[in-house]
Amino acid sequence: MKINLIKIFTISLLIALFQLAYAQNNLDAKFEKMMASGFKAEGIAGLDRIDQDETQKFCSDPIFVNSKQGAIHALKIQNLNMASILQPSDGRFIGDWKRGEVIAQSGRGGTWTDKPDAVNGGGCYNCHQIDKKEISYGNLGPSLWNYGKSRGYSQEVIAYTWNQINNAKAYNACSNMPRFGHFKLLTQEQIQDVMALLLDPQSPVNQ
Amino acid sequence: MGDPMRIRAAENNGIVEVKILMKHDMETGQRKDAAGKLIPAWFITMVSVKAQGKEVFAADFGTAISKDPFLNFKYKGSRGDKLLVSWVDTRGDKRSDEASVS
Amino acid sequence: MHANAQSTADAIAKYREMIADGNPAELYEAAGEELWKKPAGPKNATLEKCNLGLGPGVIKGAAAQLPRYFPDTNRVQDLESRLITCMSTLQGISAQEIIDAPFQQGYKKTMDDIVAYVVTYSKDLKVNVSTKHPKEKESYELGKRAFFYEGGPMDFSCATCHGSTGKRIRMQDLPNLTTPEGAIAGWGYWPAYRVSNGQFWTMGLRLNDCYRQQRFPFPIYGSEVLTALSMYMAVNANGGVIHTPGLKR
Repeated sequence: MKINLIKIFTISLLIALFQLAYAQNNLDAKFEKMMASGFKAEGIAGLDRIDQDETQKFCSDPIFVNSKQGAIHALKIQNLNMASILQPSDGRFIGDWKRGEVIAQSGRGGTWTDKPDAVNGGGCYNCHQIDKKEISYGNLGPSLWNYGKSRGYSQEVIAYTWNQINNAKAYNACSNMPRFGHFKLLTQEQIQDVMALLLDPQSPVNQ
Repeated sequence: MGDPMRIRAAENNGIVEVKILMKHDMETGQRKDAAGKLIPAWFITMVSVKAQGKEVFAADFGTAISKDPFLNFKYKGSRGDKLLVSWVDTRGDKRSDEASVS
Repeated sequence: MHANAQSTADAIAKYREMIADGNPAELYEAAGEELWKKPAGPKNATLEKCNLGLGPGVIKGAAAQLPRYFPDTNRVQDLESRLITCMSTLQGISAQEIIDAPFQQGYKKTMDDIVAYVVTYSKDLKVNVSTKHPKEKESYELGKRAFFYEGGPMDFSCATCHGSTGKRIRMQDLPNLTTPEGAIAGWGYWPAYRVSNGQFWTMGLRLNDCYRQQRFPFPIYGSEVLTALSMYMAVNANGGVIHTPGLKR
């Protein structure tokens, strides 16, 4: 009697799990089809943009990201991103803060209405407070006011900041910050200028 | 014939408050389109409001008035007044709409 | 002395209160009412038999229960998707022509007017979207996945901006669309007239421009992904009060 009940229970459980897995796979297939047929290329925005890399795939699943295994996988993603960061070809980290402010203010570039030869901006004020004189700033990222003044200007701070701007996912796998170097959103020179806005002691940000 | 206006008018203690929404692009002639070409000027030049046949409001509009203008004014009048709102623009296009004061 | 962000936000709220009287969306609504009742298309028919889920021609409360499953098309549809169905089946207008029309021109302008008209008849009602039908449930799940889907050269998903509470981009507050309060702030206020550019934006245009700024490719108008995202927002907003047509900066 007891053995039969266990058999029935186990088989029911297996069927339920199989159905769940099948439904999940079915939903996966439906989702992929929905995304593949839901978009068209326009301007400079091609369909390749909805192909996900490992980082994007991982971070699109908030339940997994917040799990124990997710935390372990996050480290892998961070290492992957760190390994791909390019250091400046001319060895310079700090450029021109005046140009850096212009880059930080501009949110241009990358959309399907932008021309292919357009100069991209960093859109930094979209998410960050930077120079206190600018009152129109977002709060998706932390305030960068007095960035250098409060952290100092050591080689360590410079190296960290360079990496963070080039590829924020090297330090936080699912950071909301775009990977400006990794996807060539900003040129090397532009990143040097944004570095100056943050880390030139003469920059208004550090007064 | 321009697009229809929305007119609301309500009387309270002998004062009628009139609210008018006009549909008009009100181009100043200084804006440029996506290709960089100047969009020609095209705006309402005159607005007139008559209550019971008598003019209670008249205005000269110009390039300082923004798109889809909203007008709000008061006059001494009564419930049931018949309002006639008319406008003319730089192309000679016109629009007239009627409303009753509630 | 620098003006702080809070006083700036308060001033903007005051400005919105001042301009709330005389929402130009009413002009679109008036035009939409005329279009609903005017014969059009190769079949020279009106839209008065259009079934938005509550029966042919029933507009009152229709927007409040959309998106929903429709047996005649065997899929979940949002307001704009369903209007494409009505305009093509009742009036004989080509669905592809509506889909391909540039925003705010031609058949898209027609769509703006009719949408403004229909949503006005759900103003002040509560969002009441069902997930009883398996396809409705599925649409919600697909919409949730799409919401968290990162892509493009900036790794943006909808959640990047709309997944947390109390966030803003520059001075524009971002509702957290994953919560009931945030979802109704988004779903309950679009379509809306945007004062900054003098344009009436339907939810279809709002989602299109979100994807543009996310650096994604162009979402096809009326496609399943847009309906699924609408489903996700609407269900999260269930029970909240509708304020459409809204008035935005």
